[in-house]
Amino acid sequence: MTCSEFLALLDDLIDDSVTPEVRAGLQQHLRGCEHCEVTLNTTRKTIEIYRSHEIYDLPPDLRERLHAAIIARCKKGC
Amino acid sequence: MSTIQPIAGELEPHPDVALVDRVRGGDVSAYDELVRKYDRQIFRIAQHITQNREDAEDVMQDAFLKAYEKLDQFQGNSKFYTWLVRIAVNESLMRLRKRRTGKMVSIDEDIETEEGSVPRDLADWAPDPEQNYGQAELNEILRKTIQGLPQGFRIVFVLRDVEGLSTDETAETLGLSIPAVKSRLLRARLQLRERLSRYFRRKKVGEK
Repeated sequence: MTCSEFLALLDDLIDDSVTPEVRAGLQQHLRGCEHCEVTLNTTRKTIEIYRSHEIYDLPPDLRERLHAAIIARCKKGC
Repeated sequence: MSTIQPIAGELEPHPDVALVDRVRGGDVSAYDELVRKYDRQIFRIAQHITQNREDAEDVMQDAFLKAYEKLDQFQGNSKFYTWLVRIAVNESLMRLRKRRTGKMVSIDEDIETEEGSVPRDLADWAPDPEQNYGQAELNEILRKTIQGLPQGFRIVFVLRDVEGLSTDETAETLGLSIPAVKSRLLRARLQLRERLSRYFRRKKVGEK
C-alpha cells in the first residue's frame, strides 16, 4: 500500500467504516510509515479538538432574548 | 394537521416526532422545547457560515420561524434536526448574499478541484497540545484556523465532524452527492490538521 492509497482510506479508517481486511492492510502500512501514522493521529486529534471546544458559544442572556423573540412570534402565528 | 410517520426502518420513533406532532396540534410549548434543544447547534452553524455574530443571531431566529411556518411541509422521512439544519444553512447563505450586495453565494465557493495530496507537514504534535494555550487563546486559534478554510470544505466539516451529522445527512442537507461530501471532508480534515500543526507541533530541543 502506498501513502496515497492510505490517504484515500484515511477518513474511512477514522470513521471506523472499513472492513477487517482493509483495516489489516492499513495497519500494516502504518507499522512501516511514520508519516502516515503522524497524519492519522494528528487528524484524529484535529477532529477531537473541534468537537470538544465550543468556539462559538451562545451566551445565556442572548439565548434567552432570541428564544423569547422566536416564541413570541410563533404565538402570533409568525 | 396530519400526523407524521416515524422514519421507515426505525423501531422507535425519534423523540422529536412526538414534539413535532404536538406543535402541529397547536402546542407552542412543544416548539419551545425544540428550540431549546437545537438553538446552540443552529447558532454555531450560522456563525461558521456567516462568520458574523449579528448575522448568526438573525439566521437563528429566521430559521426557527421558517421551520415553524413550514412545519406542515416536514414529511418526517428525515430527522427534524436535519431538516432544520438545511433551513439554517440556506438562511445563512442568503444572509451572506445580502452582505455581498446580491452576489451569488454557494457552498461550492473557493473549492479547488485538485485531489488531496499527501500532507507536506510531517511534524508530530506535542501530547495534549491544546493544554499549552489558555482557553481564550485556544478558541482564537481554532476560530482563525477554521475560518481560513474554503467555505465548501468548512460547511461539510462543521456538519459532519462538529455537529455529528452522518455522511448521508450531510449530503442531503447540502444537496451534494455522497462522494462529494467524502472528498470535501477529507480535504477539510487534512487542511485543518496542517494549519493547526503551526501551533501544536512538538518543539525541537532548544526551540522556543
